[in-house]
Amino acid sequence: MKAWTWLREHAVLFTGILVIFYMLAPIAIIALFSFNDPVGRFNFEWAGFTTQYWQHPFAVTELTDSLLVSIRLAFMTAIGATILGTLIAIALVRYQFLGRRAANLLIVIPMATPEVVIGASLLSMFLVYGAKLGFGTLLIAHIMFSISFVVVVVRSRLIGFDRRLEEASADLGASAFTTFRTITLPLIAPGVASAAMLSFALSIDDFVISNFNAGSEVTFPLYIFGANQRGIPVEVNVIATMLFTVTIIAMLAVIIQQRRAEKMAEKREEEATSSVASLPA
Amino acid sequence: MESSVDAPPVDGEEGTSVGAGTAGVRLEGVTKRFGTFEAVKDMDLEIADGEFFTMLGPSGCGKTTTLRMIAGFEQPTEGKVLIDGDNVAGQPAYKRPTNTVFQSYALFPHMNLEENVGFGLKRKKVGKAEIKKRVADELERVGLSRDAKRKPAQLSGGQQQRVALARALVNLPKVLLLDEPLGALDLKLRKGLQVQLKTIQRDVGITFVYVTHDQEEALTMSDRIAVMNAGRIEQCAGPEDVYERPETTFVAGFIGVSNLLPAVATGPNEVKLDSGETIPTGDASRFSSGDRCYAVVRPEKLTATTSGVAPSDRPSIDGVVETSLYLGNSTQMTVDVGNDVKMKVLIPNASEAERQDLPGGGSRVKLSWTAENMHLVRESPEEAAGADPIDPTDNNTEGVTK
Repeated sequence: MKAWTWLREHAVLFTGILVIFYMLAPIAIIALFSFNDPVGRFNFEWAGFTTQYWQHPFAVTELTDSLLVSIRLAFMTAIGATILGTLIAIALVRYQFLGRRAANLLIVIPMATPEVVIGASLLSMFLVYGAKLGFGTLLIAHIMFSISFVVVVVRSRLIGFDRRLEEASADLGASAFTTFRTITLPLIAPGVASAAMLSFALSIDDFVISNFNAGSEVTFPLYIFGANQRGIPVEVNVIATMLFTVTIIAMLAVIIQQRRAEKMAEKREEEATSSVASLPA
Repeated sequence: MESSVDAPPVDGEEGTSVGAGTAGVRLEGVTKRFGTFEAVKDMDLEIADGEFFTMLGPSGCGKTTTLRMIAGFEQPTEGKVLIDGDNVAGQPAYKRPTNTVFQSYALFPHMNLEENVGFGLKRKKVGKAEIKKRVADELERVGLSRDAKRKPAQLSGGQQQRVALARALVNLPKVLLLDEPLGALDLKLRKGLQVQLKTIQRDVGITFVYVTHDQEEALTMSDRIAVMNAGRIEQCAGPEDVYERPETTFVAGFIGVSNLLPAVATGPNEVKLDSGETIPTGDASRFSSGDRCYAVVRPEKLTATTSGVAPSDRPSIDGVVETSLYLGNSTQMTVDVGNDVKMKVLIPNASEAERQDLPGGGSRVKLSWTAENMHLVRESPEEAAGADPIDPTDNNTEGVTK
């Protein structure tokens, strides 16, 4: 009876653990199988423990090459999409112009369109214009579908922005450009940074659209998809685990830094309120 | 700049240290339209060099719009804005020799106090060493030297407001514009900062253009006050004039509590109340015989005596006490004088015995005053033209006075 009560009281906890397990199990398996020593071409059955693939994670040249292509592509996509998306967001939030409402709506359409459709349409467009498929077309495609996300993220940051700060800056003698550089940009920087990270992640992850427009270029997801037909090398697991670890560490760093900033702010606030009464004569 | 707040200002000393850099402001026929809405209507205004000038009025009267046109955040639809004799209409804010203190402070959250205050000087390409010195001096003036490395979010509202003031003053603007700078602060802090602001203004001698909806604040600090209503200046004069000699029903009602008696001017110093009495007044010269007007007398200028015993040399009217409110330092009586006109009377609570003697509700009383304490005002143009004429029984003051 007592046990039953205890179980009932902790039902939420158990459910939570089960859900988290459900979400994380595949990732755990990938990490686990990076230490597998498979028999044959397929790394699906546990055959024995080894660290040999961790010692030489970049031994498979095609895999390493595809990873480098993906990183380069994601990096350039992040830069291109962030610049264009931020400028679009500023235009949409700050300026009144003909078709602004329509543009606000149209900008989210790529997010809602099935990737297969975008991929196929881009391909036919590239073919119409006779563009040579490869890194260039991939970059154009990736920037194109990332822009919407950048716009949405930066726009929300801009909407909460106090315009009086820009007026104050102008009032103190700063031209429009100086105001943007010294006031607006630093203040929307967190939004811009998360938009850049988001587009990096979107690009490095993309398979469907890339599959249409890559030509002979092989990105990391395309390589894995191809390798799947013949048997995935264990190095894929190793690299995937590495990427995952790096991401987790980065996220933790951000969280810790935010906690610290919050604590500092709280402390200062207390100090500030305690010194309110100290008006100068 | 040289003298600091700590040096006690000498009362009555005028233009003590008017720097060569300050200037007057002139508006000529300025109109500002937002779509079809006319926020400011054909305004002419002259603000003298070194003056503490206040634009006072309810929200939506156009005072902030006027200030923003001087600052350059808005451009006038018509007319000229002259600063130091130069027409700056059309010039953007960053080119104008003005600085603004915002109600919301508008401090840059990502910069510490030093960087905030030094922002304007940096834009003017002032040398690093000089910036450092002037910023330090300015923070000293507002008593925040210790906090130079702090971020605005770490300060209280009052401290932030002082930083905003320092950030503007450090640039030695020709004109300093203040947009309800104390509006967001609590009463006690506001009183302290009012005195400080006035002291600083006398000290630096810069022209201050101050916007507020708080009549008491305006009366305390200003050299001159422009009382605004519906995009127009109803009266522009010194605090005493505005309070003691209002020109329109709006001014009389907005500043303090006023008793408005509808009347017709009958002579140079005489008026016939709608209730029938013909009484002497102070200044009827602005009206010609037969003009419609209102006779205004302030509550504290009235004496209430039990019927029949009013001094015969004083003008008076009869009425019935409706309510009597104990306000602590005074007692406020509402007296019905007929024709739907109710008069407020303010009697100081000088002695307890006297207070006990005051006529209670229902008593017949005679309200009397000295002739020079009654003024004639014309009806405010907006109210005359509007579909909703003012109700003099309400004294047009509820909600705007405290």
